[in-house]
Amino acid sequence: MSTQTDVADKLSEKVTTFLAEHDPVTTDRVEFLRARFDAGLAWVHFPIGRGGLGLAPDLQQQVDARFAEAGAPDNHPRINVIGLGMAAPTLMAYGTEDQLDTFLRPLWTGEQVWCQLFSEPGAGSDLAAVATRAVRDGDQWVVDGQKVWTSSAQNAQLAILLARTDPDVPKHAGLTYFICDMTDPGIEVRPLRQITGESEFNEVFLTGVRIPDSQRLGAVGEGWKVANATLNNERVAIGGGPVPRESGMVGVVAKSWRANPARRRPDLHGRLMELWVESEAARLTGQRLRQKLAVGQPGPEGAAMKLSFARLAQRLSGLELELLGEEGLRYDDWTLRRPLEVDFLGRGPGYRYLRAKGNSIEGGTSEILLNIIAERVLGLPPEHRVDRDVPFRELAK
Amino acid sequence: MTELNLLYTDVEDDLRRTVRDLLEDRLGPSAVIAMYDGDRTIVEPLWRALAENLGLASLLIPEAEGGSGASAREAATVCEELGRAAAPVPFLTSAVVATIAVTGSGHQVVADLAAGVTTAALAVPFATAPYGPVPSLAATEGTVTGSVSSVAGALEADVLLIPVDEADGLAIYAVPVSEATVAAVPSLDMSRQLADIVLDAAPGSRVRGDAAASVRAALLAGAAMLASEQVGVASWCLAGTVDYLRERRQFGRPVGSFQALKHRLADLYVSVESGTATARYAAAALAADDSDAEVATAIAASYCSNLAVTAAEEALQLHGGIGMTWEHPVHLYLKRAKAAQLALGHPGEHRGRLADLVDLPYEATDAGKSR
Repeated sequence: MSTQTDVADKLSEKVTTFLAEHDPVTTDRVEFLRARFDAGLAWVHFPIGRGGLGLAPDLQQQVDARFAEAGAPDNHPRINVIGLGMAAPTLMAYGTEDQLDTFLRPLWTGEQVWCQLFSEPGAGSDLAAVATRAVRDGDQWVVDGQKVWTSSAQNAQLAILLARTDPDVPKHAGLTYFICDMTDPGIEVRPLRQITGESEFNEVFLTGVRIPDSQRLGAVGEGWKVANATLNNERVAIGGGPVPRESGMVGVVAKSWRANPARRRPDLHGRLMELWVESEAARLTGQRLRQKLAVGQPGPEGAAMKLSFARLAQRLSGLELELLGEEGLRYDDWTLRRPLEVDFLGRGPGYRYLRAKGNSIEGGTSEILLNIIAERVLGLPPEHRVDRDVPFRELAK
Repeated sequence: MTELNLLYTDVEDDLRRTVRDLLEDRLGPSAVIAMYDGDRTIVEPLWRALAENLGLASLLIPEAEGGSGASAREAATVCEELGRAAAPVPFLTSAVVATIAVTGSGHQVVADLAAGVTTAALAVPFATAPYGPVPSLAATEGTVTGSVSSVAGALEADVLLIPVDEADGLAIYAVPVSEATVAAVPSLDMSRQLADIVLDAAPGSRVRGDAAASVRAALLAGAAMLASEQVGVASWCLAGTVDYLRERRQFGRPVGSFQALKHRLADLYVSVESGTATARYAAAALAADDSDAEVATAIAASYCSNLAVTAAEEALQLHGGIGMTWEHPVHLYLKRAKAAQLALGHPGEHRGRLADLVDLPYEATDAGKSR
């Protein structure tokens, strides 16, 4: 039996050999990434043949670090958050062999960017109320409806899509999960402007979009179950990345405190230290959750991380403005921009304050997350629900 | 740098089970409630069982000095269970604080502690933080004179460890309780009842000189282990309240199905998870002798002190009227939590120390002074 150190050493050797055979500087970027995927060094916890080596997920960090050291090109992970963080694990859990062959490699290399077609104007917190219809037509599905809050829709080639395939059964039972081609002529993407002035999100209109049945993920009517696998991963992706002390908002505020002795006041110091401690507590909770995930699968516990992250970002960004005084009255730029990623640290404090308001709404509102924790973690009785056993078609909308 | 393991090892899980089984077997809430009416009969047999039968008294003493050479990780796991049961035993005061103060001194008291035949208490007020000057007494010709108020663990102790001011620094003297006046005082938390100590030329044995660092290390480890105890208190409050709200029915349904109550418990769960992470980190950092151990302790102590109080206050409110009764155990946890919040440094003292350690000082500016 090989020990953990043996595994890590062998993996390290594998990286060395790979880098010797593929010069990170001279090899074409996409070719390099494809080869890295084929060598199983993309995500080592995935199975062999699927970009991985079937190893523990925590070994990935050492691999990424080695590639970064060697100056190797990365797969622009921040541009393809939905693809890497949500579509990939869902594919791995529910995809057919053909689907994995077709989609995993270009997803990981970033040749195909993914977005998420889940939320709708009438299905926000109540995601199972999705009304976008998918009707079978031979070996295809025809999709009509409207989606909203879709980040990266303007750059994405593919989407994960939740649609209603049976309105005559209760809402959770009538959903099916698809992989949707964003270049289909029936797709129209319109930017949505936010309170920050910029437009990260889109509305997506689907009119007669045709999806082959081979791009269905999971069984017909199993969409809710598949979507929950995606959402558990989303909460971990948002709340639990590996972070050193004073990363993110708390780092910004701490830096501001150190740089501005003249603005120090006892009240501000009390709040700063309280939030600093809470940020550390959240960071350590994330570290602990990752250590747990290294030996298991994400459960609803990720919801707690996301909740803490949102609260801290909001309180810290509010405190930052107060620390700044007069400078806090200014705003960097109201121009309509279409950023590819949320750049909290690259923008001004006013932007941070406003953008952080979305943290407790996107990816599950804090109130819904509290319900999830109460019911699925603590086992408290469910809310009284009027829609549970009623066919979707008969629900008041 | 390897990341410290914040999970429980198999050894720690086994230890937890052993301690929990014994506490479930030997300690009911009624025995702790009785302590508020002056009945302390539960303490001695329970502590003997934990200290000797399970060998917890010598947990932190190195093998070379006759102990079992376990680390702060295992001690923290024990503290969690003691907090969960509001157990009235001097593990924290004797097996953690007093023990660390004398470990490595070569004095007989260490061997006695390791053998489990002696229980000791460091004679400083329980509120003493690890960061300030150590409250100390005076010694002349081997006798100690003075008084110390509000000492935890003194009622259970055979030996008092007295910080003594000497010409060349701090020393620790061991004074048998028979040579001291130890007066029990009515305490907010009777499961860790305090005592006032008066020494009048009491003969003591000098345990070690140059003791400032030892006392400081003892109080720091005490604060870190207390954080785990507070996590235990908070975990009991959360679990007990969840159980109760699943059973208790009003308006024709379990009250735990009302969102207003569910959200409060979910919030508490998030805080308990965070507190567990900070307490685990402090224990792991101490166990590894990590350079971040003091920061880790200050974080855990300031976070978990408030966590336990919040958890107990929420438990009481969410239990409704039954929570206000003498018979229901929730008040044991409220009293334990509120007293523990003030023990070994108030959260504000820990945050104040942290501000210095992580370079976030508050220096009063002219404008600040004029507030």
